[in-house]
Parts: sequence; C-alpha cells; structure tokens
Amino acid sequence: MAIDLIDKMETMTGAKALMTAMEKEGVKQVFGIPGGANLPMYDEFARCNIRHILARHEQSAAHMADGFGRVSRKPGVCFATSGPGATNILTGLATAQADSSPMIAVTGQVPVAMIGRDAFQESDIIGMSNPVVKYAFQPRQANEVPEAVRKGFYIARTGRPGPVLIDIPKDVQQNEAEMEFPDEFKIQGYHPWADPDIVACERAIDMLLNSEKPIILAGGGTIISSAFAELQSIAETLMLPVVTTFKGKGAFPENHPLSLGPIGMHGHAEANKMMTEADCVLAIGTRFSDRSVGTFEAFEKRLKIIHMDVDPAEIGKNQTAQVAVVGDVKASLRIMIKLLLQRSIKKTEESTWIKHVKETKAYWKENLKIHPGEMGAAKILRKLREILPVESIITTEVGQHQMWASLFYDVIQPGTFFSSTGLGTMGWGFPASIGAKVARPDVPVVDIAGDGSFSMTENSLATAVLEDIPVIVFILNNFSLGMVAQWQRTFYDKRMIGVDQEHCPDYVKLAESYGAQGIRAQSMDELEKAIKTALSSDVATVIDIPIDPLEDVLPFVAPGTSLSDMVLPS
Amino acid sequence: MWAILSLLVENKPGILFKVTNLFRSRNFNIDSISVGVTENPDYSRMTITTYGDEKRVAQIVKQLDKMIDTVEVRHLDEHKTVYRELCLFMINLSNANDSMEINKIASAYGGKVHDVKKKSLMVELTATPEQIKAFEELVRPFGILDVARTGVAALQRSGS
Repeated sequence: MAIDLIDKMETMTGAKALMTAMEKEGVKQVFGIPGGANLPMYDEFARCNIRHILARHEQSAAHMADGFGRVSRKPGVCFATSGPGATNILTGLATAQADSSPMIAVTGQVPVAMIGRDAFQESDIIGMSNPVVKYAFQPRQANEVPEAVRKGFYIARTGRPGPVLIDIPKDVQQNEAEMEFPDEFKIQGYHPWADPDIVACERAIDMLLNSEKPIILAGGGTIISSAFAELQSIAETLMLPVVTTFKGKGAFPENHPLSLGPIGMHGHAEANKMMTEADCVLAIGTRFSDRSVGTFEAFEKRLKIIHMDVDPAEIGKNQTAQVAVVGDVKASLRIMIKLLLQRSIKKTEESTWIKHVKETKAYWKENLKIHPGEMGAAKILRKLREILPVESIITTEVGQHQMWASLFYDVIQPGTFFSSTGLGTMGWGFPASIGAKVARPDVPVVDIAGDGSFSMTENSLATAVLEDIPVIVFILNNFSLGMVAQWQRTFYDKRMIGVDQEHCPDYVKLAESYGAQGIRAQSMDELEKAIKTALSSDVATVIDIPIDPLEDVLPFVAPGTSLSDMVLPS
Repeated sequence: MWAILSLLVENKPGILFKVTNLFRSRNFNIDSISVGVTENPDYSRMTITTYGDEKRVAQIVKQLDKMIDTVEVRHLDEHKTVYRELCLFMINLSNANDSMEINKIASAYGGKVHDVKKKSLMVELTATPEQIKAFEELVRPFGILDVARTGVAALQRSGS
C-alpha cells in the first residue's frame, strides 16, 4: 500500500505513533476529555508539540473541532474515551456529517480481547457511528495506526469533507511495533474529485444565456470550496442575481447590489420572491434541502436546474437537474469563467429581469415590517453588524436567533458565517466559536446565541476562560425555547408546553462564576457599549440581551409548503 | 423496476453491515443479497436485487458508489447478464402419485430431487427468480413445507 516511505522504520507504541502521525498532518491542538481507555494517548501530550484543550463535555469537544475545521478548512481533532465518552461525540459527528465539515474524532476503546464482551465502558462506536461518519477506522494492531491517521485525514478533508472516526483499543495504544509512516497511499474505492466537465460547463452557460430570468443559488459547497471570487465573477459577468441557501449565507457579499440573501423557511422576502419567479437556476454546491426549497415538487416545476456539486450522489437526489456539473465547484466555476472570456461574453446592460430584481430588493429593504420595540431582533443584529469589523467570524446556535441572524446580520466578507444548518444542533455555536477562535485568533469571533441553545453547552465557558480563548457570546434572551414557542403559537393554538425557561440562569452571574465577563444590555446604548467592551477585552464575554418573548421570526415558509406560500409580517 | 446490482467490495469485516445499513438508513429495499469472495481473496462480490423506479435505482447506485469500501458498483442489464438463484423446496407428499408428478415438474425446470421420504421430498432448483416463482406456483397445490433461497448471483456476459 505504501508506495514511498519518507521515514525509516521506528519502534514505538500505538499511542506515540498516533501523535507522531498527527504532527505530520500539521495538527497543532486537540479538543478533548481524557478517560480510562484513552490514557495512553493522553500521556503522549507530555512528549509532543500538540496543545490539549480540555472540554467539559465530549459533544462540545467535537463541536470545537468542527468549528476549527470549518474556519481553517483543515480537519479539527477531538479526543474522547470509550463508552460514554464515545457516545457523547455522536451528536458532534452527525453535525459535522450533515454540514460536510472536516473532522477527526479519536476514541479510546476497550482492549481488543475485551471487545464484544460488554466490558466496562465498552460501546460499539463503529457500529453506532456508521451512518454519521464519512469513514471509520479501528486499528487492531499498533502498526496499523499511522496508516489509519494518514488515510483518515485525507478522507476527512478531500472531496466532500466530513468526519472520520479512529477508534483505538487501549492495548493497541500501548503495544509497541515497528512503525512506517506512509507518505503516498492509495484508497481504491475513493475518488474524491471528478475531472472538470467542460462540456457541461458550456451547456450551463448556454442555458443561462437562453433564459429570461436566470438566478444563482449558492450553497454551502461554495464556501467549503472557497469559490468566492469565482462566484462573484460569474454573477457580475452574466449580471445574475444571487440567492444563497442558509448554509451558503455569506458565500457572496450581502451588501453587493446583486445579492438577495438566503432563501428558505426563514429566507429573505426578496430572495424567496425572486427564486419563485426565476426560470433557470445555477445551483452551486447545494443539496436542495427541504428547509431551503420547501416542497421538492413545487420547486423544480417551472425551473431549469443547472446543478454543480462535488458529490455525484447529490445530483438528482432531491431535485432533477437539466445540466449536471460534477466536480469541485471552484474548478467548475473557473472553467465557466474561462469559457465566458473565450466567447467574450460580458453583460453590460441591465435586463428587464435584473431591473425587476433590484426594484423588488429595494421595496423589501424599505417595507419589511420589523418588531417596533427598541430591543427588537432586527435592530440588535444590525447594531452588531454596524460595530463588528467585517472580518469577524460569526457562529450561531439553533433557533429564532439563528434565523434572525440570517435575516438581519449581513455577511460582508465571504466565508465568515457558520452555523449548524443541516442537523440543527442546539449548543453547537458556542463550542464551535471556541474552535473558530483557535483557528483565527486574530479576528473577533461572536456566537450569536439564544438562551435555549446556549444552556446546552454553556459549560464550555470553562474552556474559553482557562484556555484563554476570548470569544463573545451574544445572547438574544427571550427566556424560552423561542422557535418551539413560535410553532406552538402558530400551529398548536397557543398551547405553550415545555418552552418556558424563565429567568434561569442569570447569564451575567453564570459568566462571572466561570471567570468570564458578563454584561447585560437592555437598551441600544448599553448594547453598543457592551459590544465595544467585549471587543476590547481579552477574556470571554457573555452579553445577555433580554428581548420580547413574543417576537416571531418572519417571513416564514411553513413546513410542507412551497416558497411561494411565504407568510410575511403583518 | 427490478434491478440487479453487482458490487465489488474490499473483503474486510464490517462491509456487509455498512452496505445493508446504507439501504436501511436511506429507505431503500433489499429484495435479495448474496455475498462471496472472488478469485482474488482481497475482494468480495455482492449481488443485490432491489426494486425502484429509474431515478431511485440510480440514486442507490450513486450512494453505494460513494461508499469508500466499494471498489466498483454496477447496475447490470438483465438481458446481458447470467443471473441465477439456488432454491431448496421441501414439498409435502399426500398421494401415491405426488412424488412422480413433482419429479416431472422438477426435471422440466432442471431441478434435482433429494431426500425422498414417505411424507415429503426436497427439490433443489438453480434458476432465475421468475422460473423459481413459476415452479413454486406449480408445486404449491402439493403443499410447500419449507423454502430456503440463496439470493441472486449474477455476472455480466463477456463482451457486453
């Protein structure tokens, strides 16, 4: 398998081989929690140059690694012990898988001879994790460890990225073996990238040119592939309006005249309207999730679809494409740009369509009704946008605040907005912001949070404080599980069950008890001061912003309906 | 549409689990499955038959192809493929002539008769699923006591 060996054979333990192989992959830190079955690998931290960042729950460790991976586009690494340590990372794996995030999870396992005997802290994590990982390894001999790590990192970061699990029995960590660290290797059944399809790109251009109302739908794949400049070039050359999915939010600068923002259940009114009116879509790196497109049948009905994706299995899964361009979207877009140059195509005159798009956008900028109070979600998030430097990184939790962020926080520098969009994991944003800050210590990192989600992983404050990772948690606090409450108000005749969190805990005191900074902001003045204080602080800050518990997220496309059924604020 | 899929997979523990788990988690159906090692012990061949419209079968093939452990996934054209299933039938004998009748039917389908007892006999049949079904209909009146089937094994004809 190993064609070329860069290092000489060396005798060492499996645990040492793990750390050595990870150093070779460029790993600088691991997020994790030690336990009985991973102590041998933990002992190696004493003898290597990898920093250990202690989490307070394995799920959070996984989200930290995920946040690091999304921002740095290199696999983030988390460690957990066997049994409950391993099962606690399952949500983290599923979150990373749903959002195609590169991640390596290394779990301890009971010794090989104990596997299958229901040993103490034994869990069949290989079996349990199967549907939520891109691949999983369980080396049964110490000398299999380096290759598992090498292949694991390769699989996690290439093609459509995803989480890889490496489950290492304790005796495999302890045993010594002659180790080879392969440089080159082959995985027969894995073809992460198809060659760019020039013919399909040509057809895509013709289809766009022959449509009256073409539009671009940029998905998360645009961000993963960092095809920002290419997307902007195509949009400007062909003068195409750009909508995004929620995961694609910020693939295109949201202050650009051609930007309409995200479509979907809580998409921008102008984005949903124009998506519904368009007759041809260039869909880039998206799986057409139900939350983005509403009912599949209604979406594809009057639309010609050009589908560009790295994953061939996405073509035709949720929507039927007339033109499929399989391959890395950045490479495909570059080919389109080249073809446009060769054919000297550059639109300079505004079509009736683009004029209509701009009018619609201007109309909704003026006329979308927002909460009338001083501390309405729109005003709060616009204030945050106004003060934060453009290069700041945003993560979000999951719920109303997340959708308000989508509606009212404009991403100006592409690739600075991250959220758990696929699995919708509450509690993701805060640990992910810690991982993001580790990847980019030079820029402010803000977790736009709600009180419900933040409660789920708030103990990561210990990590932020003790490991000196000064992130900002920005809580839109409606003292409830707000999105569920909104659905109960809307669909369940206002029977409010299990949604009231009351004033528990006090987030300022909570922050202070961890040694973080806690600030409550009850007016726009206080909010402005709080954000500025947080930005100039070298300790993690929680800003608690009480809001109206009855504020709904609008516009709203109810589940099982189409984008044209969008409900607007009245 | 009935479809025959042929998978060349790495011969490692856990692959059968991953393949069947994919069918379960993606809401696909397995009609039959057979697995065996190939001439090269590093690989196994899985033959899976399934139902679905064209789009669905294409999606199954793509999802299987995406699996890292699958080296090759093919949707076989049944007209260019030899496909057979081995089936064992235990059949009830109630009248004196039954044994002879069943023997006739079995030989018409190329079956072999085993384990002839006073009250039952066993027929071994290697045939296509359609032929097996037809045989089953013919012997049903005698009373089928038990059935065991291997699932389809298939190979594309050379040159096609």
